[in-house]
Amino acid sequence: MSRRQRRKIKNSAFLTLSLVATLTGLACLGALLWTLVSHGLSGMSGRIFTQMTPPPGSQGGLLNALYGSAVLTLLGILIGSPIGVLAGTYLSEYGRNSRLSTMIRFINDVLLSAPSIIIGLFIYEIVVVRLGHFSAIAGALALAVLAIPVTLRTTEDMLRLVPVGMKDSSAALGAYPWRTILSVLYPAARSGIVTGLLLAIARISGETAPLLFTALNNQFWSTNLNAPMANLPVVIFQFALSPYKDWQNLAWAGALIITVTILLLSISARVLLALLQAERGGGR
Amino acid sequence: MAIIDPGHAAKQLIYERIFRGATLSAAILVLLILGGVAVSLLRGAWPALSHFGFSFIAREIWNPVTDEYGALAPIYGTVVTSLIAMLLAVPTGFGIALFLTELCPPLLKRPIGVAVELLAAVPSIIFGIWGLFVLAPVLQRHVQPWLIANLGQLPGVGHLFKGPPYGIGILTAGVVLAIMVLPFIAATMRDVFDTVPPMLKESGYGLGATTWEVIWNVVVPHSRVGMVGGIMLGLGRALGETMAVTFVIGNAHRISTSLLAPGTTISSSIANEFTEAVGDLYTSSLIALGLLLFLITFSVIAAAQAMLRRLERRTGVTV
Repeated sequence: MSRRQRRKIKNSAFLTLSLVATLTGLACLGALLWTLVSHGLSGMSGRIFTQMTPPPGSQGGLLNALYGSAVLTLLGILIGSPIGVLAGTYLSEYGRNSRLSTMIRFINDVLLSAPSIIIGLFIYEIVVVRLGHFSAIAGALALAVLAIPVTLRTTEDMLRLVPVGMKDSSAALGAYPWRTILSVLYPAARSGIVTGLLLAIARISGETAPLLFTALNNQFWSTNLNAPMANLPVVIFQFALSPYKDWQNLAWAGALIITVTILLLSISARVLLALLQAERGGGR
Repeated sequence: MAIIDPGHAAKQLIYERIFRGATLSAAILVLLILGGVAVSLLRGAWPALSHFGFSFIAREIWNPVTDEYGALAPIYGTVVTSLIAMLLAVPTGFGIALFLTELCPPLLKRPIGVAVELLAAVPSIIFGIWGLFVLAPVLQRHVQPWLIANLGQLPGVGHLFKGPPYGIGILTAGVVLAIMVLPFIAATMRDVFDTVPPMLKESGYGLGATTWEVIWNVVVPHSRVGMVGGIMLGLGRALGETMAVTFVIGNAHRISTSLLAPGTTISSSIANEFTEAVGDLYTSSLIALGLLLFLITFSVIAAAQAMLRRLERRTGVTV
């Protein structure tokens, strides 16, 4: 075999392997979605949205878990995102490249990929131990801590994309930075910041580990923020690992609901970002 | 008529101070959170650490009845499952990144890229139940018997594939982790490959190199720092991943030489046992496990970030 042939064969071999790798990745996604849809749909029924989580052996739904997840996610994002947006504003508009900003940026990136169970332990130590009991508010705080890094990162990136000319014009009119930020930068970066919020909601609404020992779970309907609250991820965890068929079916239905919600959120974030880029490219 | 009202300017200055103060405090809060995590874990872990001393990380025993705890089995499980995940995910992720940057028809580039990124958005608990109900039975029926029959007898590596095919265990956890971190590794590597100047690649082709030769001799050396950064970011995820592993690891506090046997990891021990832990020493030992995980992942992620930052300064591209 000539050297040329050997090189050609090696080339095709590795390129084929790379194609195989891609097909494997796509097959995993396909298999995952297929199982979710087929198992999830068979467990799906009107009861899911109208009845509470049942005791083993009887029929029921996921209403209290759905409500709890909505409340926890909403509270988490309400507490976390203002902090993330403000901190991102500081990094982009005030701190810039100071030593403090560089450090905060670094720490934020570390928090962004820190294991969520660690955040759960942290909130357990500072909230649950102090209060002496598990509570919905502790769960919401854990989710808020997870939402901060996501919103911070996107806010900073999006504010940096606002054309300098707009900022300068505002300053030239005699506006203080706070006025420029509130009246010029935030409106200009609005869809970018909303993207960050959507991504943060997508991130925290499927989190299970930090809720295990903060919000815990509750088999009943509860709106008390100072008591344990049911939530979809923890219910899925408990029901899927149970030996009862009814519970496992509910777990699959819950898994389908959660995944569809999160995929829709991520896709809308992506669409929003694409629209933003199109506007940037064409408009100004 | 005064053009500038002094009262107005003073008020503006106050607003400015307030707003700036608010943004600064939010930014400082991020630092405080990380500090708070470290301090509260250390405080929670202190009873266990002072009771067991250094032997905590060197002993395999985990016995709630006699109240004796050692972290060696969870540490072993964490490290081994993550290694398996990396062994599987790094070459596959490299292949996907290659395909997307060098081979893919432009029409498919975006859809496949988005599909890979969507895989990254799927929450870990979904991978967990999929791993338990779909992947574990498949591995148990088709893959593990083959491994036992064909690799179990080999000298050297044979003991890794001994024992009955449980389905759940260290190997299955590693495979689920691999599928979970694959999108991160593939997406980071793709972004890093995209930073290679086309001029360099075209010079390679101009010299008559094949696609693979250009990739191996031009793209890879140019992207080395970013690739390692991306791999370590994936490793950080794998080490700390909780729910996906908890479903399929089997939760057995022992170190077994076979990869097919059930085991445990730091995060799955905490997830499985924390709410049921009775006694201060038990809870404290679990928090001490959390502290260990924090230290391990913090160093891995920090190193990864430092590498990606070095790349960013060199190329001006944020990965």
